[in-house]
Amino acid sequence: MAEKSNVQAVHDTLRDEFRRDDRVIILGEDVGVRGGVFRVTDGFIEEFGPDRVIDMPLAESAIVGVAIGAAIAGLVPIAEMQFADFSAPAFEQIVDEAARIRYRSNGQWNVPIVIRMPWGAGVHGALYHSQSLEAFYAHVPGLKVVVPSTPKDITGMLRSAIRDPDPVIFLEHKATYRAVKGDVPDGDFTIPLGPADVKRDGTDITVYAYGLMLHRCLEAAETLGREGISVDVVDVRSLRPLDSETILREARKTGKCLIVYEDNRLFGAGAEICAMIAEEAFDSLDAPVMRLAGPESPATPFNKIQEDAFLPNADNIATKMRELAAY
Amino acid sequence: MDKQTALHLYRVMRTIRRFEQRSTTLFGENKIWGTIHSYAGEEAIAAGVCEHLRDDDWITSTHRGHGHCIAKRAELGKMFAELLGRETGYCRGRGGSMHIADTSKGNLGANGIVGGGIPIATGAALTAKQLGTDQVAVSFFGDGAANQGTFHESLNIAAIWKLPVIYVCENNQYAESFPAKKAFAIEDISVRAAGYGMPGVRVDGRDVAAVYAAASEAIARARKGGGPTLLVCESYRHEGHYYGDPRKYQTKEEIEGWKTAFDPLLDARGWIVRDGLGTEAELDAIDRAVDDEMERAVAWAEAGPPASPLKFPEDIYASY
Ligand SMILES: Cc1ncc(C[n+]2csc(CCOP(=O)(O)OP(=O)(O)O)c2C)c(N)n1
Ligand SMILES: [Mg+2]
Repeated sequence: MAEKSNVQAVHDTLRDEFRRDDRVIILGEDVGVRGGVFRVTDGFIEEFGPDRVIDMPLAESAIVGVAIGAAIAGLVPIAEMQFADFSAPAFEQIVDEAARIRYRSNGQWNVPIVIRMPWGAGVHGALYHSQSLEAFYAHVPGLKVVVPSTPKDITGMLRSAIRDPDPVIFLEHKATYRAVKGDVPDGDFTIPLGPADVKRDGTDITVYAYGLMLHRCLEAAETLGREGISVDVVDVRSLRPLDSETILREARKTGKCLIVYEDNRLFGAGAEICAMIAEEAFDSLDAPVMRLAGPESPATPFNKIQEDAFLPNADNIATKMRELAAY
Repeated sequence: MDKQTALHLYRVMRTIRRFEQRSTTLFGENKIWGTIHSYAGEEAIAAGVCEHLRDDDWITSTHRGHGHCIAKRAELGKMFAELLGRETGYCRGRGGSMHIADTSKGNLGANGIVGGGIPIATGAALTAKQLGTDQVAVSFFGDGAANQGTFHESLNIAAIWKLPVIYVCENNQYAESFPAKKAFAIEDISVRAAGYGMPGVRVDGRDVAAVYAAASEAIARARKGGGPTLLVCESYRHEGHYYGDPRKYQTKEEIEGWKTAFDPLLDARGWIVRDGLGTEAELDAIDRAVDDEMERAVAWAEAGPPASPLKFPEDIYASY
């Protein structure tokens, strides 16, 4: 057992996978000598050399596309998007190529790549260093989209993602990179891509979240606990596959559900979870399913006042939880 | 070059340099959120090119955009206010350093997306051509951006349509940590122009007179319907990629060597005095005037009200 930050967990897990399987390579901007802008590949080029730790010219479409081709031909590439926002130029390669190659080749080819993307707001990165893009990718059959938020989950799920025969979008919330720490068990454990995880057991209301919002929900849940309201917190962890079993079980347990996410509220992942509960667990509900999410804005503003107003925080999450509990 | 132009070019460059120094100290005082990218060392490019531009000519800029804004005659106070997250900033404190836009001066905006502005300048040039005006568009971008798809797509389109656009590639030798030497198999990026069917010109981006002369020719050609140009300016950034960059990818000797050998301001002072276009005393007076102007701009910006949270659909839709 070792205590690590989220970013350390990404670093250590990647390094262990590089040591375990010499077909694993990483392609990205500044991943080599610089060691990545978040230091995720610090020391990699020294240990594994420039053939496996590949500094790419500034062209995201080619970073993903080259990874796809290398994967089909037998390597195990990890493509790093320096920030999730910069995956937009690679959208065609991700959605039209990576996601569809197994299908369009009648299952003859597969694309074992991981596309890692630091995402999310809370670091004053402004419009193009703060976005939530999970809904774009989770919309596409053929992709797996996971959002682990603790060092242990990151470790177990990144191992699974690298060993998975299909393309995985691996989302790492950058505001939790250093802020969130936790214990990681020793040994080569894996956590499957799919199952959600109940991070806090409660009986009055159920709250679903992932990324930075998970940690803010856990904080708000403690506040409500002191007020005598018992909050159940489900870490969704994987958006595609989406774990209907856990989501519905926890919904039926309390009959009151809230989904918290920082992406735009409309057409976000929370809408899908909300629909699932409404369709499958309607008989167990004691209140309308509620959502608390980002405002209708095309992008995150950069200054602290506006960004704080943009993101749900432990205070307004607690307010929403009280509203639901009192319903 | 006449005296007035020479001194004006010097003044613009000095303003950019001082702006970068002041924003760096403000950043160090924790007054600026996010990140800033310094243009120090590259001043001659923006100054030399924009000297030929009118307010109704278009530019697109980059994440390293302070110099382009200043050369396109932005107000310093509003720029600082944007960096400081004030309501009085160019984007009401919403975008910060990487997103300053000033359409009244034809500045279509800095851009946090590398390569994002290149097709947009191309489109502005299409409008100028179709409306039959003699406006031109200039797209500033880095060596890194020259490997993005938008660069290749745009240059081809501008060439087949003979658009009045100038692509100004600022080769400061690095895209973040990645040296141009490794990102290109060619030594001279301007040779790419031939592949698209437009003139390609390479100049010393330290020498404002050389940039000024090369831009003059390209812009005049574009205004007269002669089509696009790729202008590659060899340059070097004095600072790290962003404020606080540990610069592990460069040696101390390299940084110091370039910084002394490659200073467009010192260079300009040299030939201005040598050619009798200005005296040391005149240049010193410009320095002092710029410094005073800068302090007034900072004071104005700091006095501005903090940016307020936005109300939907303000600035998102015209109507909804
Ligand atoms: C599409 C996109 N990819 C990656 C980045 C991250 N990034 C910001 S600046 C930069 C390097 C840009 O290099 P260059 O174009 O040479 O401009 P310079 O910084 O040298 O002025 C990178 C990779 C980005 N902002 N946008
Ligand atoms: Mg560069």
